[in-house]
Amino acid sequence: MDPGKSRDSAETARVMQFPNDVLERILSLIDSHRDRSAVSLVSKAWYNAERWTRRHVFIGNCYAVLPQIVARRFPNIRGVMLKGKPRFSDFNMVPPNWGADVHAWLAVFADQYPLLEELRLKRMTVTDESLKFLARKFRNFRALSLVSCDGFSTDGLEAIATDCRHLTELDIQENGIDDISGNWLSCFPENFTSLEVLNFASLSSDVNFDALERLVSQCKSLKILKVNKNITLEQLQRLLVRAPQLTELGTGSFLQELTAHQYVELERAFISCKNLHALSGLWEATTLYLPVLYPACTELTFLNLSYAALQSEELAKLVAHCPHLQRLWVLDTVEDVGLEAVASNCPLLEELRVFPADPYDQDINRGVTESGFLAVSLGCRKLHYVLYFCRQMTNAAVARIVQNCPGFTHFRLCIMKPGQPDYLTNEPMDEGFGAVVKTCTNLRRLGVSGLLTDLTFEYIGRYAKNLETLSVAFAEGSDRGMQCILDGCPKMRKLEIRDSPFGNVALLSGLEKYESMRSLWMSACKVTLSGCKLLARQRPRLNVEVMKDEVDDGQSYKVYVYRTLAGPRTDAPSFVCTL
Amino acid sequence: MSAETAEKFTIDFEETELRLGLPGKACGFNSGCEGAARGNGKRVFLETIDLKLNLSSKDDDASAEKIRASVPAEKKMNSNDGKEKSVAAVPSSSEVAKPPAKAQVVGWPPVRSFRKNIMAVQKNGSDEAEKGGAGGSGAPAATGAAAFVKVSMDGAPYLRKVDLKLYKSYQDLSDALAKMFSSFTIGNCGSGGMKDFMNESKLIDLLNGSDYVPTYEDKDGDWMLVGDVPWDMFVDSCKRLRIMKGSEAIGLAPRAVEKCKNRS
Repeated sequence: MDPGKSRDSAETARVMQFPNDVLERILSLIDSHRDRSAVSLVSKAWYNAERWTRRHVFIGNCYAVLPQIVARRFPNIRGVMLKGKPRFSDFNMVPPNWGADVHAWLAVFADQYPLLEELRLKRMTVTDESLKFLARKFRNFRALSLVSCDGFSTDGLEAIATDCRHLTELDIQENGIDDISGNWLSCFPENFTSLEVLNFASLSSDVNFDALERLVSQCKSLKILKVNKNITLEQLQRLLVRAPQLTELGTGSFLQELTAHQYVELERAFISCKNLHALSGLWEATTLYLPVLYPACTELTFLNLSYAALQSEELAKLVAHCPHLQRLWVLDTVEDVGLEAVASNCPLLEELRVFPADPYDQDINRGVTESGFLAVSLGCRKLHYVLYFCRQMTNAAVARIVQNCPGFTHFRLCIMKPGQPDYLTNEPMDEGFGAVVKTCTNLRRLGVSGLLTDLTFEYIGRYAKNLETLSVAFAEGSDRGMQCILDGCPKMRKLEIRDSPFGNVALLSGLEKYESMRSLWMSACKVTLSGCKLLARQRPRLNVEVMKDEVDDGQSYKVYVYRTLAGPRTDAPSFVCTL
Repeated sequence: MSAETAEKFTIDFEETELRLGLPGKACGFNSGCEGAARGNGKRVFLETIDLKLNLSSKDDDASAEKIRASVPAEKKMNSNDGKEKSVAAVPSSSEVAKPPAKAQVVGWPPVRSFRKNIMAVQKNGSDEAEKGGAGGSGAPAATGAAAFVKVSMDGAPYLRKVDLKLYKSYQDLSDALAKMFSSFTIGNCGSGGMKDFMNESKLIDLLNGSDYVPTYEDKDGDWMLVGDVPWDMFVDSCKRLRIMKGSEAIGLAPRAVEKCKNRS
């Protein structure tokens, strides 16, 4: 059937003799995007079989390809994941109206994928019009996930709730949106029963509780429910008794004056949730009501306390009931003592994220230190993902940590004061990060901080052979540092650098590299316009976008370089210049 | 941590703090660009105001005005601090300019805005709970990320707003207010800060003259003379500031004088 088959080379001919339908049947079992990409490179036959059987497509940079091209290659897509703005836009480093508007994609999808079921967007601009369009045009639409997006309001959510009759998932996370009212929740139709995932934890308006309660009782397949802060403990209890099948729960505010009877009822409600493995929310949780969670904690694998400013004793008591914990997110209010309790009680821990409660207060000396991290590395040998915000660190501690846990895949250390050295020896943090890359051969993501010289980057270039994502801030050194990375890390995909002394020489040393990467971001570095122009001229398949840094007098630029098949973007705002 | 070590921590902190990619900064890594240094300080202070006010200051001309008016106060703070500090220099950063005390850098630490905002409210809530006992409702209080109070001066055509958390002492605040209302004088605070207010005769002279006197409304709604209580307690309890004409402040003076007598 496939004309390409006859042209296959002799070596592969035997394998290629699968009838197409058999090949397609086999390939349809492959889910991973990377595996599918690899499959598509084998031969024309496999390329075709793969493209016909692909159901989900992941586009890491919405400007890397045109929606029409995607639709042409993959005719049978049911689910799309799109990422837009550079990651530093999460930290207000990208001006508003930069782009990444999803509407152009929706317009093409309405034509080519009318049966589209899933849309997952991260760092995209989504307007209410787009949401209304989505609700109207896709009769089979099921799952909407919006993370770190902007441009829409709760009005858009109303359209989704009203018109998407088969909606199974509505996941709204940490977006910069206009929260006008909670009325959207009341827009679900009377007999609506299909919801499986509902996450409105980051919305601040009140929803109608009766409508929510009714929704929860009717949706018997509801597995994930994350409510917002306005839902009280009493209301939470009423929801839990209607949904004991929940596997993931995000509570509302955990602070309310309960009577003894209400307390018992709440405790009972938690006991009845036998399938709970993830817990979050817990705003304003204190020792007063945390104990109601204890019965539900035994099977917990993910505990997100990053919105509950717990003290060390409170955390210690809580984790004593969580022996199966694999992922823990906390605030640094728990301090080293809290982390020591985690180390003693959670031997299966794989992921730890410690967020700063007071990131901008430079005078305080609280939070976590190197000893908390060290303690966790001693007690939790399976640790492989850490995001750690601290105010002091030493090279020796980092070296010991990775010695204890050599399996790190994601090591993101944020010493909060820019350019701070090892606080005991006053030396740069070169040796610490050197130890990380030498020891952790599976390292895929690295976030460095503190005082760094070229030596850090020499180490990274030499040893981090699996590194895909690197974040650099306030480093010192010279062009050589960045050159080492570009020369050394064969799997580098995303490189983001700010406030570091890398200039045109460094930028241009990556000429051979950038097309194999997703993107490069450099801001407040020593790159100049002429260097960027040179890069753009030499590499027409890269988009070299330049933004003037707002707080300066014309010297400093934000540079965003990414490979693309789509050419320069047509929707660039006036402050973005594509060279 | 003792106050002394806390101070030292702050000192090292400022010494090694790096700034944004400004023209001077590019030089700052290698050799000193002194001319740009002050420029660095000024612009980063702008950054601070932008962030702390939570305004889109790009649109707000009034606040931009405020920023420019307040900058000299920051510079003065700098030079004062510079004299008193003994610095533990870190080799390659010694050329970096000393920034203002509470300057922030855009997008650093890398915490998502959503998380940042949540925490500000959380902190208010937990502070309330700690102070007020059981079942605090988490209502926003003067504690929290910033402590903005209105400042009025008798005879001035408009009010100003200051964030008390930006200042470390009465002297700092006095300098800032002095710049804001240039005809205003708090009198000679001297090195003792509030101590001179304790000097009875000086106080009476001050109040009897045409000098202006800073007063504040506290949590109970009473109008008090600025300078009586320790700085931190003042920041916590101050709801608004009023710079009164000395002659009008007479009624407040006896309380202050009484306290002086009791203390000495």
